[in-house]
Amino acid sequence: MLPDLEPEALVVLLERMIVARRFEEELIELAGDRDIGHFHVYIGQESTGIPALSLLEQGDLSFTNHRNHGHLIARGAEPGPMYAEILGRATGYCRGKGGTLHLASAEHGFPTTSSVTSGCIPLAVGAGLGLQRLGSDRVSVCLVGDGALEEGAWHESANIAAMERLPVVFLCENNSLEALGQRAGEYPSSTMAASDLTELASVFGIESVAIDGLDTRAAHQTMTEAVHRARSGGGPTFIEARTVRWPGNRPIWPELATGKTDLSMAWDASLIRPEHAIWHREQDGLLGFVRELLDSGCVTSDAALGLDKRATERVREGLAFALDSPYPEPEEALEHVFAPRGD
Amino acid sequence: MTKTIRYIDAISSVLRQELERDDDVFILGEDVSYGGPFGATAGLSASFGPTRVIDTPISEGAVMGLAVGAALSGRRPIVEVMFADFVTLAMDQLVNHAAKIRYMTDGQLSVPMTIRVQGGVGGGFGAQHSQSLEAWFLHVPGLKVVAPSSVKDAAGLLVAAIRDDDPVVYLEHRGLYWTKGLGASDETPTPIGTAAVVRSGSDVTVVAVSRMVGVAVSAAEKLAEDDIDVEVLDLRSVAPIDWATIDESVRRTRRLVVVHEAVVTGGLGAELVAGVHATAFEALISPAVRVGAPSTPVPASPFLECLYAPDTDDVIAAVLETLHER
Repeated sequence: MLPDLEPEALVVLLERMIVARRFEEELIELAGDRDIGHFHVYIGQESTGIPALSLLEQGDLSFTNHRNHGHLIARGAEPGPMYAEILGRATGYCRGKGGTLHLASAEHGFPTTSSVTSGCIPLAVGAGLGLQRLGSDRVSVCLVGDGALEEGAWHESANIAAMERLPVVFLCENNSLEALGQRAGEYPSSTMAASDLTELASVFGIESVAIDGLDTRAAHQTMTEAVHRARSGGGPTFIEARTVRWPGNRPIWPELATGKTDLSMAWDASLIRPEHAIWHREQDGLLGFVRELLDSGCVTSDAALGLDKRATERVREGLAFALDSPYPEPEEALEHVFAPRGD
Repeated sequence: MTKTIRYIDAISSVLRQELERDDDVFILGEDVSYGGPFGATAGLSASFGPTRVIDTPISEGAVMGLAVGAALSGRRPIVEVMFADFVTLAMDQLVNHAAKIRYMTDGQLSVPMTIRVQGGVGGGFGAQHSQSLEAWFLHVPGLKVVAPSSVKDAAGLLVAAIRDDDPVVYLEHRGLYWTKGLGASDETPTPIGTAAVVRSGSDVTVVAVSRMVGVAVSAAEKLAEDDIDVEVLDLRSVAPIDWATIDESVRRTRRLVVVHEAVVTGGLGAELVAGVHATAFEALISPAVRVGAPSTPVPASPFLECLYAPDTDDVIAAVLETLHER
């Protein structure tokens, strides 16, 4: 179902979801042409992260992981400096010193990205502690996958977040299994003995909820409630979004297994081919969101295609900007190890 | 105004001073409201309350990460690591996060935090409660590391660490906690990255760190009876190293001994000797000598523990070795 938002706000969500999708499709294509190193993609999780993170406000902090591209776009980061960072250029958000695994933009509320699987969890809880003790009503959002719950940092940090009633929202995007695996009863993951990931939070007394990662309304609503709880002193919340693993999301090197997204499939089922038909009919959250917007009358198919055209142009302009950008000067590699000496 | 106080009291008094001075400063660690294992934080909870002196669960990794996150949110945490050995549980957050975030973000954010680490031999605490791990931290770009040997520097380096905008590992030797010296009522910073000449001499330079500074001074005093004039440098700052002071001294004495309590293998001494070789090799008239512990875990038996750590005789032997004609 659609989030409880005005049509204009829903269109903004759609636009960001398309930008996030096209951003990574272009990146995968680029990787086919030249060696740009390793990266992880967010494709298939846009229907969770975009509605959930778009509602954060200035000053709210978010700590994410290796699968971060969609998270930054959700909070308004620009494709150009993101591509530039991923490609190691001087115009990147971190002037090429972070890369895809450590994308950070303080102005968009991303102090750092940890690519140690559970690394961002203590950071997010610590930021929650800092914000709480400063008397601020800002919140700290911790973005992890299911794998992060397998490391000890989760259990240590969740305990402290609960005991101190910290303003932290844990959004766990469980992408551990392909749809087939979930149906085969392998939930929640092949490497976790717990039968329900939310129990790993509720055992500490943390308010916990599981949602369907394809349900944009659930993502928006549970996040709204969790952020409100955090802002008003009610302590942490754990949200498990059960997402579907995109077929192109191979463990190491992503590939465009389902082709470049064709929004027309949302209203013209005849375009859907047998291969990956389940993905296109039921599991692609972007297509699902477009179908719901069409059904509700918020957008027309022409309007959706127009949005897609503009979003694609914006993404391509960003990529061109990055590719035209210089690499950092060699001496920059030696800078910012330590803070400048204050007097 | 100055008065004679203990090393551990200097630490307590700086913690109190900085908590009073800056609302962003707070302490977190295991049992810190009770004062920690040796009393360094005693009384602070009563004065500043549980929001500024926070008892944590036994979760070293998360606590280190919490401090990093709190620093990123604009505060100045002081983490207490109860025993240096337990920092192994927190190395991911210290090494992969605290040390690197400023660099990875190209200076968008700093991580102003102090990590108080109590360690060293003494008391028969055994292999998991007695290590000196300064070389581990020295090896990580992005960390500053200090190891005070005197009461004055215990205060001065802690002030500097807390006010520094980068993560600073502050190494406390429990064998020094109850040593006495002059402490000021208003503590002022000792600049990080500066060594101190604690005894001037002309024959041999001995660079020592932490508790070994006192051992080196004792050795120098004994050697003076035989007219051997030893200069003792207190390194104070393990990272960055004050190469200028060492270089100046070695060029005068032309002989070098380095002394630390940690094992010799892969230790701070190797870095010091290599650094001097790189810039002042031609000044040396005898091979530099490293003094440290053997490559074994720290034995628990008090008898064996005494043999394990370098003592005055070990330093004297090393100095005499540099004086031997070759």
